[in-house]
Amino acid sequence: MLEEVFRSAWPVVVASTARLTRDLDLAEDCTQEAVERALRRWPAGFPDNPAGWLTTTAHRIALDRLRREATLRRKLPLLVDPVSGAGGSAVEGSAVEGWAIGEDADPEPTDPLRLVFTCCHPALSSESRVALTLRLVCGVDVATIAAVLLAGEAAVARRITRAKRKIAVARVPFRVPAGDELVERLDAVLTVVHLVYTAGHVGPGTRLRDTDLTGRALGLARMLVALLPGEPEPRALLGLLLLTEARGDARTGADGELVLLPDQDRSGWDRRLIREGLGLAASALRAGPDGRYALQAGVAGLHAVAPSWAQTDWARVVVTYDALLRVWPSPVVALNRAVARSRLPGADPVAVLAEIDALAPELAGYPYLPAARADLLVRLGRPAEAAAAYDGALAVTRNPVERRHLTRRRAETGTP
Amino acid sequence: MARYVFLMYDTEDWHDTVDEQGVADEFALHEEFMAAVTAAGASVAGGEALERSSTASTVRRGPDSGSRPLVTDGPFAETKEALGGFYVIEAPDLDVALRLAAACPAGTVEVRPVMEMPET
Repeated sequence: MLEEVFRSAWPVVVASTARLTRDLDLAEDCTQEAVERALRRWPAGFPDNPAGWLTTTAHRIALDRLRREATLRRKLPLLVDPVSGAGGSAVEGSAVEGWAIGEDADPEPTDPLRLVFTCCHPALSSESRVALTLRLVCGVDVATIAAVLLAGEAAVARRITRAKRKIAVARVPFRVPAGDELVERLDAVLTVVHLVYTAGHVGPGTRLRDTDLTGRALGLARMLVALLPGEPEPRALLGLLLLTEARGDARTGADGELVLLPDQDRSGWDRRLIREGLGLAASALRAGPDGRYALQAGVAGLHAVAPSWAQTDWARVVVTYDALLRVWPSPVVALNRAVARSRLPGADPVAVLAEIDALAPELAGYPYLPAARADLLVRLGRPAEAAAAYDGALAVTRNPVERRHLTRRRAETGTP
Repeated sequence: MARYVFLMYDTEDWHDTVDEQGVADEFALHEEFMAAVTAAGASVAGGEALERSSTASTVRRGPDSGSRPLVTDGPFAETKEALGGFYVIEAPDLDVALRLAAACPAGTVEVRPVMEMPET
């Protein structure tokens, strides 16, 4: 309950404090401190408006600190675009003079959105975007981020500090882009959210799923849908994530082993999540039929409504992958399309195998390619080659549950 | 306003083959770029074109104050694309600077914020 309140309030508090103080570092520190104060005080009496309490407290802490340091002129204030309508932005330049908690301090609905777009700015490296988003938008602590990114805690802390410094020094604006730029920049934001989900979905940890991390990604996607109601792609991403999430428990058998889509017990899928995901996917496909996430949600939807693997509408899956490949010519999409094509009636597995082999140079180190090859080779009755392909997949798979699955499949080929 | 240096990198074969028309075309591209800078609400605060990197000399200071500096022929780093010129651009923020860098007539542009010194 408390955790839930902190989670949903965190980005609002960080973002409004950043706009107020024009300092991301200070905003992060003060939000953290406000949460710690809440943990000490709320047991004695829960405030009527917990998010408001956290915001006001973080702003007070920030103003106190700024007054104390008033002699140190802040050389590189965060560049905050003027906000349309009432409220306006804080005073240009000095972050201290003439300040009191007033209308300027009120959180604005777009605050968290500014924060997300700043954290996912294309001038930051992809790893920095993920780390910064997890820290500043989701409030995840550095140790947890380090575990997710398979990096040392000190290295992640340095990365976050460096990214915040670049935002200040290179003058990355604290704003929501508009027009054509919005679409382009939104794609970078959605990629980060998808990466966070994927890290939770097939993490390096001992369990297959890290529900805390997938929950964070779903929360981010929901926030983007709420704040950008006119954009189809956030809806599509949320739909895709929900349709994937719906299979959650069915992905592991009773013994904790991985069960792949063809073998999953579909009665174990979460129908409520599927309904919501299908609705979002359909609405996104209507509004933006060429969207990268809309098409991916479309494929996920086709799997979600299929009564079984064999009865999947493979022709529509292939057509959707064709469309996806046109807007997003990625070798991973080409691989998925090849696998779907191998399921069409009258498909030629040898031709599909050649198609997959042609993708190998581009997908070196991608475990699902040798795994897909191996499955095809099994179907073609070439067990020795299949075993070698499973070995190739094992060499690049980290997740222990996935490793056990591949080992089992390899053993089934009967090759020593 | 923030200031950025645009470091322009390109292959240098251009120098071997360029004729008068090629030079004029290049100048025209830079005129166009500078017009785009102004149109974006930014300004050109400086810049130069550089002679090719084979004319560079690199001086490395010795490890201690007594040792003589080492002079070598050529640029600091031999790269396929060499530094060929720079602009100093004043822009409202990095988004504007990056948009302008994309319009800058060079193969690769490194955008570096200028270190702002405290006012004295």
